[in-house]
Amino acid sequence: MRNPAYIVGAFEHPTRKAEDKSTAQLHAEVAFGALQDAGLSASDIDGYFCAGDAPGMGGLSMIDYMGLTRLRHYDTTESGGSSYVIHVGHAVEAIIQGKCNVALITLAGRPRAEGMQTGTAVRSFGAGVPDEPFEIPYGRTIATMHAMVATRHMYEFGTTSEQLAWIKVAASHHAQHNPHAMLPKVVTVEDVLNSPMVADPLHRLDCCVISDGGGALIVARPEIAKSLKRPLVGVKGWGEAYKHQSAGAIDLTYSAARFSGAMAFERAGVKPADIKYASIYDSFTISVLVQLEDLGFCEKGQGGKFVADGNLISGVGKLPFNTDGGGLCNNHPSNRGGMTKVIEAVRQARGEAHPKVQVPNADLVLANGKGGNLGTRHGCGTVILERE
Amino acid sequence: MATMAFDRTPAAPAENPDNKVYFDGCRAGKLLLGRCKDTGKLFHYPRHVSPFTLSSNVEFVEAKGTGEIYSWSVARGKEPYCVAYVKLDEGPIMLTNIVGCDLDALRCGMRVKLTFRQSEGDGAPVPMFEPA
Repeated sequence: MRNPAYIVGAFEHPTRKAEDKSTAQLHAEVAFGALQDAGLSASDIDGYFCAGDAPGMGGLSMIDYMGLTRLRHYDTTESGGSSYVIHVGHAVEAIIQGKCNVALITLAGRPRAEGMQTGTAVRSFGAGVPDEPFEIPYGRTIATMHAMVATRHMYEFGTTSEQLAWIKVAASHHAQHNPHAMLPKVVTVEDVLNSPMVADPLHRLDCCVISDGGGALIVARPEIAKSLKRPLVGVKGWGEAYKHQSAGAIDLTYSAARFSGAMAFERAGVKPADIKYASIYDSFTISVLVQLEDLGFCEKGQGGKFVADGNLISGVGKLPFNTDGGGLCNNHPSNRGGMTKVIEAVRQARGEAHPKVQVPNADLVLANGKGGNLGTRHGCGTVILERE
Repeated sequence: MATMAFDRTPAAPAENPDNKVYFDGCRAGKLLLGRCKDTGKLFHYPRHVSPFTLSSNVEFVEAKGTGEIYSWSVARGKEPYCVAYVKLDEGPIMLTNIVGCDLDALRCGMRVKLTFRQSEGDGAPVPMFEPA
């Protein structure tokens, strides 16, 4: 047992449109699925982690709904879609400190059933948010803010729309093997460029899907992981970091993954070149490109060249990514993609990804989450997982 | 072929005791920046707390209203409009709209100058930019 804690259970909800289920119900269903995957029961859980998608005050209502009675550790760190990747790191730290033995992390939501226009509507997080009076009047959307990251990247480094399109192409090559994927059809660079412009320079196919669903993870201490029958997937490295507008000294060319990744690699004692598979948060194609650079898979500014010509396609390129089809083609439950990033990384490390996309001997994998808005303020969480 | 930006009426900014100075400035036709009196550094968006030291030793100073586009995008739809970050000549970058412009001619580095658009209802005028 080389690692301080292990991901012993992982479950992704198969639904993509949950008109007949409540959000609380989805949380409970993914929790049950992850427990079954691990071979544990609800009474084993003594740590619970959730974020802003959980209905109620933090996680209190979910603790009540799920009937968790043995909790002695509870963490509601909210960092949008990156929350669940950050929760993995927090769970490891809690286990190291003796605060809990079996940590449950859940995510669920139903924006599709609710008809939410996630990326193209002007969203508010309620009264009193200090930055919103300086943003909402301008009609800024998630799409336009990520698009500005792409515009600047193109301006500074010569990145092209064709290069960004390769990221969608790679995700679609993987999604064709996923029976649950919302967009299972293989697309070409031309298909992406010919799709309608949503926010210059991002086309519709540069964007992720809007889906319902959720996922859950169980993180446990080594002795418990060893007693279970599942492959041992240890958390070897983890890191978190936050980036914002810096009071007007804005630099859109990088993400907080520059720091969360460095932290995770340092803890793990490995280098980007050692990673066999990477789950990268893919709200938009540009999000992937920037994170790949920031995590050190290529030099800053070289992401366009790195992703081109199928380099992210399993069995074809050097760095297989998002082999479930990712947010770009498979699902993006509750508009928060961090959970599914970790789940597919666990599948790869276990050797349980779809045979057509399984990376041979994927004994060292990475998952990176980005939550919030790449163009304003966001948090990144990175985990490096090791198959023992 | 030129595509002129749709001249949308902005939503009224939600005013509060912290940002009232800024939006009162807008009503007087001024774009204000925050200035940390401890470090001398300018910042946007303005607030009564220095984002450099956390002290309340700040003041508000008027910007010239000139700058260049740092980055931009066009929200496409029936009524397309440009969302942009503009780097003011004083240094800070602010989120804004570029109005009165050809949406097909936008580029990073383009020189722009301050203008205002009345927001919905009794809301404050909102600072925007147009090609210089």
